[in-house]
Amino acid sequence: MVLKYLTVLLVCQLLGEVISRAAGLPVPGPVIGMALLFVGLMLRGGVPDGLRTTAGGLLDHLGLLFVPAGVGVMLHLPRLADEYPAIVTALIGSTLLAIVVTGVIIKLMSRSGQDGTTP
Amino acid sequence: MSERVADIWVYLAASPLTALTLTLVAYQLGTWLFRASGGMALLNPVLLAILALASLLWATGTAYETFFAGAQFVHFLLGPATVALAVPLYRQFHQVRRSAAALMAALLCGSLTAAGTAVGIGWLLGASRETLLSLAPKSATTPIAMGVAEQLGGLPSLTAVLVILTGIVGAVMGPAVLRLVRVRDQRAAGFAIGLASHGIGTARAFQMGEVAGAFSGLAMGLNGLATAVLVPLLFGLMRGLLF
Repeated sequence: MVLKYLTVLLVCQLLGEVISRAAGLPVPGPVIGMALLFVGLMLRGGVPDGLRTTAGGLLDHLGLLFVPAGVGVMLHLPRLADEYPAIVTALIGSTLLAIVVTGVIIKLMSRSGQDGTTP
Repeated sequence: MSERVADIWVYLAASPLTALTLTLVAYQLGTWLFRASGGMALLNPVLLAILALASLLWATGTAYETFFAGAQFVHFLLGPATVALAVPLYRQFHQVRRSAAALMAALLCGSLTAAGTAVGIGWLLGASRETLLSLAPKSATTPIAMGVAEQLGGLPSLTAVLVILTGIVGAVMGPAVLRLVRVRDQRAAGFAIGLASHGIGTARAFQMGEVAGAFSGLAMGLNGLATAVLVPLLFGLMRGLLF
């Protein structure tokens, strides 16, 4: 069951990689794979239980999958030491600005759409 | 006897099994500490595992490449996990249709703000070209951000670290900032936090409530797609101005 849906995920990713390279798209293969699976679910009209379990298993431990690449920070310590004022300010500033812009736009547009007129 | 110990050490230091096992152990220790602290955002399991493993490698004089030869089996799963994001995206899709216009406008502006201001602020403060390219996709979830950074000519491993720090910033400071600008709607708050700070923000949004969590997960998926498409385009436009 789980093996079958792990295969489905890998096939979607593989197709995504092929499409990304063949069409010279700026989108990474796994993202195209995600779009393919999404379209597949729309066509099928539901998520099979086995796929829900398999996807849940991967996404429940999503954090773990970041660790090997993250340990690569040790290769970048000189850069971080040199550039930390710019990096810290850019990270905090841009993240909070993005949160404010996104939240305020939804708040304003939802309010104007509340009088029965669907936007 | 000491010769045998040395043999075992040589085996362990080079074996993929050691790196893989240590990665799993470090992450689970991090998760345990995070839970024991009652979910303190700064004790993020990913951050703790990275610090522990990097310190261990440094202390034993082990090269990152040797470690990654084993840990790559975990790293590989990022691809299928990205594909798997289609499942929560599909399950929450019906909730989106009603406020689709507002969400799409917010997605476009929020995604461009996250990438544009990160690169802009970094550039103003004198960050190097490689750092700027690695900063640009930092609000997207790691597999997507790393893919985009690689494509732009940034450093994927640096991007992975910046993505994780971004998630921690959004989770710790996001809810307070939203209160400050009087965004109280759970859908708006969740969507904003998920867009700017991906999975780590989404975990925080679920603490605010199920609606906020669902919209945060949705925003994480959508901003993954938006970042993959918009950031390379934005970069093409900014390249002429900045470099």
